[in-house]
Amino acid sequence: MVSAVFHSPLAAASESIAMKKEATHPDSTRASGSKTLDAPAPTVTSATPPAAARPAYDWRGLVMVVLPPLLGLGLLIGIWAIVSISTASSIPSPWETWKQAVVLFSDPFYRKGPNDQGVGWNVLMSLERVAVGFGLAAAVGIPAGFAIGRFEFLGRMFNPLISLLRPVSPLAWLPIGLMVFKGANPAAIWTIFICSIWPMLINTAVGVQRVPQDYMNVAKVLNLSEWKIVTKILFPAVLPYMLTGVRLAVGTAWLVIVAAEMLTGGVGIGFWVWDEWNNLNVKNIIIAIFVIGIVGLILEYALIKVATAFTFEEVKS
Amino acid sequence: MSSLKYIEIQNVAQTFKTKKGVFPALRDINLTVAKGEFVTLIGHSGCGKSTLLNLIAGLTMPTAGALLCANREIAGPGPERAVVFQNHSLLPWLTCFENVYLGVERVFGAASKSTGAPSENKAQLMARTDAALAMVGLTAAAQKRPGEISGGMKQRVGIARALAMEPKVLLMDEPFGALDALTRAKLQDELLEIVARTQSTVVMVTHDVDEAVLLSDRIVMLTNGPAATIGEVLSVDLPRPRNRVALADSAQYLGYRKAVIDFLYTRQAHVEKTAA
Repeated sequence: MVSAVFHSPLAAASESIAMKKEATHPDSTRASGSKTLDAPAPTVTSATPPAAARPAYDWRGLVMVVLPPLLGLGLLIGIWAIVSISTASSIPSPWETWKQAVVLFSDPFYRKGPNDQGVGWNVLMSLERVAVGFGLAAAVGIPAGFAIGRFEFLGRMFNPLISLLRPVSPLAWLPIGLMVFKGANPAAIWTIFICSIWPMLINTAVGVQRVPQDYMNVAKVLNLSEWKIVTKILFPAVLPYMLTGVRLAVGTAWLVIVAAEMLTGGVGIGFWVWDEWNNLNVKNIIIAIFVIGIVGLILEYALIKVATAFTFEEVKS
Repeated sequence: MSSLKYIEIQNVAQTFKTKKGVFPALRDINLTVAKGEFVTLIGHSGCGKSTLLNLIAGLTMPTAGALLCANREIAGPGPERAVVFQNHSLLPWLTCFENVYLGVERVFGAASKSTGAPSENKAQLMARTDAALAMVGLTAAAQKRPGEISGGMKQRVGIARALAMEPKVLLMDEPFGALDALTRAKLQDELLEIVARTQSTVVMVTHDVDEAVLLSDRIVMLTNGPAATIGEVLSVDLPRPRNRVALADSAQYLGYRKAVIDFLYTRQAHVEKTAA
């Protein structure tokens, strides 16, 4: 649950893109390479053989970066096609699904009544619920995490409650939400709130507890005010932990919203999946699965970018 | 006579509660440090040197006895007793300038109750910060983050941060312990020069015999723990300014060096041996 290490599923992909770009201009790299070699030592003729060898591009590295992901994707599509053939097309084939996806995404934002809206609207509605529920959870969870981490009394007071409530599936809170808020939309937001508050609260609290004692000693010796301690020491030191919590929270929220919307209905990607199941439109369900996966990937990637930007070098003792 | 006794440590003992029971770290510590004096604490690792320094800093409270600074009981940490930490303890998200400024702002940014000095404006605070960084020769690195500079430079920023607060006492906990020998020698020379200029009172923890003899007016040698106490105090009467090259074959210097080594390796040979 607690980690300050950021693994990016897209890191490898972006790397490969960067390498591809480089590979598309082999002439320019070769030209600049020979230029830099020639400029400092124009008289040394014996240096030309290694200079000629140097611009040779590392094709093996490129292959290692590009080929395995492509093979993985190919394997998925291959298995999918085999399953599709062996079930006599009750699972639609990749090609059929692709054609359907092209039709679907040619008009993602149509509205034909409350239960028939474009896939774009469904995704946006789900994202809105996640944003509201997650935002409320951040507004409560992060300050609470600071307080629980900073003051041992509060930590001892709330840790048993957190341990008790955290393992509960967020969907178990849905009926309570429906009862209290008397509406599907607030109940779904409430479920997102509950599931995303724990990672942020716990990570923030742990981050505060793990602020190196050295920094706190500095604060003591400099006799800093509580405000300065929070803004200059605690907050920057806790930020990487906090952002890990945020990332976990958004990931969980995106998992839960699909299930919550299946139960509450309305407009949303989860509801859309359920609706298409009722229509027995399996192609759209598969498309929905890809859409959910890609949106989740983008959320994760964006948060990793934010987190790495705010991670500072640790003090090495 | 009160000016001679600047820091007074009276019958101080320190115990720690551990899982195995009460661990006595220090006992019967009696020491006075005069104003402008450079005192080093030396002893084997684990003998409680840093514990004693933390007591003077006010980061921990003694189990028994009392510590006074300028005739006032040390009740907690304060900017008049600046600490240079072993691992520099710079905040990695602030630039060198901001790290130093943090302390300067706290000490001079508000009107002083004790001396009645008025609060200084931002330009004055920044000038103080610049001056402190210039003193340790880091003007060029002021806008760099600690992650971008070398270990020796980080330690110099730590010293600048401490000195910029114009402390009455400079407490240093093995400030050069993590540095290579050449950088250490350079910083020692710089420290000697800065201390001579600012007339600072310094208490420094070290495990380096040469460092102790070169820098100190007095060397306080601690016995082995647990329940360590002061074994011997050696006055170093080498004339200042001191030059490490000239001292390298001075008989007087070698005599002091021999005395410390004799204490550490003959009389206080390592704990495991005496326990066996």
